[in-house]
Amino acid sequence: MLIYGLGLLAFSYLAGQLFGDFLGEVIGVQANVGGVGFAMLLLVLLHNYFQKKHWVKSNFDEGIGFWSNMYIPVIVAMSASQNALLAFNHGILPIIAGTLIVIIGFALVPLISSIKTTHS
Amino acid sequence: MNIISFFEKNGMITSFLFIAIIMLIADQISTRLLRKKIPGSAIAILLGLLLAYYGGMITGGEKGIADFPLFSGFKLVGGSMFRDFCIVSTALGVSFPVMIQAGKAGIISLALGLVVSFVVGICVGLAFGYQDAESLATIGAGTLTFIVGPVTGSALGASSDVIALSVATGVVKAIVVTVFTPLVATKIKLDNPHAAMVFGGLIGTTSGVAAGLAATDQKLVPYGALTATFYTGLGCLLCPSVFYLALKAMI
Repeated sequence: MLIYGLGLLAFSYLAGQLFGDFLGEVIGVQANVGGVGFAMLLLVLLHNYFQKKHWVKSNFDEGIGFWSNMYIPVIVAMSASQNALLAFNHGILPIIAGTLIVIIGFALVPLISSIKTTHS
Repeated sequence: MNIISFFEKNGMITSFLFIAIIMLIADQISTRLLRKKIPGSAIAILLGLLLAYYGGMITGGEKGIADFPLFSGFKLVGGSMFRDFCIVSTALGVSFPVMIQAGKAGIISLALGLVVSFVVGICVGLAFGYQDAESLATIGAGTLTFIVGPVTGSALGASSDVIALSVATGVVKAIVVTVFTPLVATKIKLDNPHAAMVFGGLIGTTSGVAAGLAATDQKLVPYGALTATFYTGLGCLLCPSVFYLALKAMI
């Protein structure tokens, strides 16, 4: 059943985010710490367990797969509701700082990525 | 009968329709005008940003196109709940061995991403004549993400225009990442899960990483999200405390 897949996804999302909020509270910050990551981990583990138990039947996975296919449309909606104007009407400092850090970040990607190859 | 309030009442469904139209236009531009040199999803995200700019210009609001009643559903569908739900759903494609192999590089990139962003923000702040540790730390925090900036600024009691600067810096970062990631992806070898995890840790801003990877290769999204999800929370932890104290000791 499709709704069971969706239910598993919803459970993983809620449990992960709740734990992320909890963790944020424990270390005393006004933000979620790793909620999405915990949710992803939980989803993978539970899905594996469900498969072993033969509970993943017929279109169970479609309830999850639909949402991963909705990813790009949701991101399009996200970019359309960004405060894009704000980025350009606060003078030059945000533009310089925001651009500079991305250039540096991009440049570091191949450097840090090579850490695997030298150690394994 | 007021047709606008009808669409507003059915906001979420209306936004599905408009997103479909945006994606259709983007795919047509990609195949017919650009011979698929730039993927349709990248163009759709770019069109979204242009709409957001237009919406902000006309309405003066903070939610881009979603401030028009007709497009109010974009607030929900483009909000963090749907975004994170979709990111989590991509996790089933994740390979554990790859994730563990990239774990070390992921953690290093996360630590480096936080420190380097903060330092770059401070350097730019200094260049613009800011000298007090509170303002500099707030600008540095804004260079992490547009959430860390205001959290740090209000914790340290920075002035409201410095906080506004820090938010703007974070938004610029997210937009620059979104637009340029697909263009530089091959040059920085961002074509495998390992590099995507490093990328997520170094860049960190969830909206930028999510949109940038979506426009590059959707398979990389869960890996980038895995490290980026810790970035904002850790930033909110470190910027007003350890980073701020270290900065204050140096000034």
